[in-house]
Amino acid sequence: MSELLSELLVPFAYDYMWKAMWVSALVGAVCAFLSCYLMLKGWSLMGDALSHSIVPGVAGAYIIGAPFAAGAFFAGILAALGMAFVKQHSRLREDATIGLVFTTLFALGVLMASLYPTSVSIQTIVLGNILAIPDEDAMQVVIIAAISFAVLFFIWKDLMITFFDETYAQSIGLKTRTLKVVFFTLLSACTVAALQTVGACLVIALVVTPGATAYLLTDRFDRLIAIAVAIGTVTSFVGAYLSYFIDGATGGVIVTLQTLLFLTAFYFAPKHGVIAARRKARAVQDENLREGNAIRERPTIQESA
Amino acid sequence: MNRLDLLPRTDAQAAAPSISVEDLSVTYPNGFTAVRDASFELGPGTICALVGVNGSGKSTIFKAIMGFVTPSAGEVRLCGLPVDEAVSQNIVAYVPQSEDVDWNFPVLVDDVVMMGRYGHMNLFRIPSKEDRRKVDEALERVNMTAYRTRQIGELSGGQKKRVFLARALAQEGRIILLDEPFTGIDVTTESAIIDLLRELRDAGHSILVSTHNLGSVPDFCDQVVLLNRTVLAAGPTAETFTQENLERTFGGVLRNFELSGHALHKDDDARSLNVITDDERPLVFYGVKKSKKKTNAGKADRERSE
Repeated sequence: MSELLSELLVPFAYDYMWKAMWVSALVGAVCAFLSCYLMLKGWSLMGDALSHSIVPGVAGAYIIGAPFAAGAFFAGILAALGMAFVKQHSRLREDATIGLVFTTLFALGVLMASLYPTSVSIQTIVLGNILAIPDEDAMQVVIIAAISFAVLFFIWKDLMITFFDETYAQSIGLKTRTLKVVFFTLLSACTVAALQTVGACLVIALVVTPGATAYLLTDRFDRLIAIAVAIGTVTSFVGAYLSYFIDGATGGVIVTLQTLLFLTAFYFAPKHGVIAARRKARAVQDENLREGNAIRERPTIQESA
Repeated sequence: MNRLDLLPRTDAQAAAPSISVEDLSVTYPNGFTAVRDASFELGPGTICALVGVNGSGKSTIFKAIMGFVTPSAGEVRLCGLPVDEAVSQNIVAYVPQSEDVDWNFPVLVDDVVMMGRYGHMNLFRIPSKEDRRKVDEALERVNMTAYRTRQIGELSGGQKKRVFLARALAQEGRIILLDEPFTGIDVTTESAIIDLLRELRDAGHSILVSTHNLGSVPDFCDQVVLLNRTVLAAGPTAETFTQENLERTFGGVLRNFELSGHALHKDDDARSLNVITDDERPLVFYGVKKSKKKTNAGKADRERSE
């Protein structure tokens, strides 16, 4: 028994595992926070687009030896501006705009990384490698997450009104445009952070799944955030921990855990789950049947028939 | 029951509520001038209907009043203040059209009404006891207390409207803007809303209602502004909301049923019965002398475009 326990505690004995676990947890938490807004607004794929768009920034930063966060952030802003620009000056729909801009940037990133091979391979950027994260990169992630949390703490309610009913938000004097810019800045920043833990391809899961899961479990926005953040934190921490034992890519483990939770909620959520919906439908059906029988058995009907 | 004391006036908002639109022109960035040289005024304790076809500039005027669009000429003043200041002082309470809201959003009725208090809260938006009391009162006033823990998407059209009205009440804006409040609701809710608007008017609020629902306008509006890219007529309902002005405003869009002479009665009474409708609640004129010049609606339209 004690042998098993000590076996289970092995990851905590390694510094790099510790670091991987709490950095992942932090990133998972802040991405989950943002996911609540993204999935409600139908902008989920925006996260995907951003994470792919920042690849050239990361590659470029490593090539010239700049901090990766700065490069990624620059590319992220460029992508957001590019999308806004194309959308405003053409009649293309939003999805086409997003698709155009992010594939262009992603291609550029792949090209750059293949032309100038650096210490970081394209695989690291795309799949992430939290277990080998250098200290200064970990520091960048922590700073990004801490600032994002601090900002969200102040503006989460204003953002909620803006996303729920923008006209009204404006009418009570909220600067909705500024709020949205801040939101997308945070999203870019957190995508950059998430890049380190799960890689560009799986960032989308971190900024969608926790919010989507929580949405099935509650009808209140504050609880939505609480549940999503809890899911994001726990799955990321446990995912990093488990990846030690199964020797798999951390990102894959984290996202798999989140998906399992989502599926659980999808079927078993007390109000919005599939099973609950079926039960409700059956109850309504039974009641209709009963009422129908009652009407049919009423003497007046029989007489007139 | 007298509930008027629920809307006390604070000293900071001492000026009488009013909307003054002066020579307002709004040109959008794409070069389209939605409103040209529009002027009208609205004093305290008035309900004013903003009437016109789609595209006549109703929503542009609303946007100008809330400061979403910058006038290319002219000015809007609320309670004597420029729009920006008025908005930041929480003077304007806006009740949106139902289509503008995401009904699947995870907020309860309670939460929506509480949004009305945000302008009164500090940076952290933490509701005080007073905020909660105001929300309770607002819900009570629109008769929605029983539904306060429902997710808003679970409500009927009329209930949704009431919730957003409650939010405006909780906000205590002295200028209230309602955008098409009567579309998609039942008659009970309509009369409940009208009663509430009357109460608010009697408490001194300035209320501007954009509506398609011509039939209810004479019921509860003291003033009317008829709009077609500019103000065609504005003034007290009795003088402004006439058949002639409406024909000018609506051109060929309205259905006009006219019953007169022997189709209506068996004597030589010259009065005619006029039913005007845009397929909502019809507007009925009866006992008004028939205007001699029979304006064909389509013709009026053509004349205007010339």
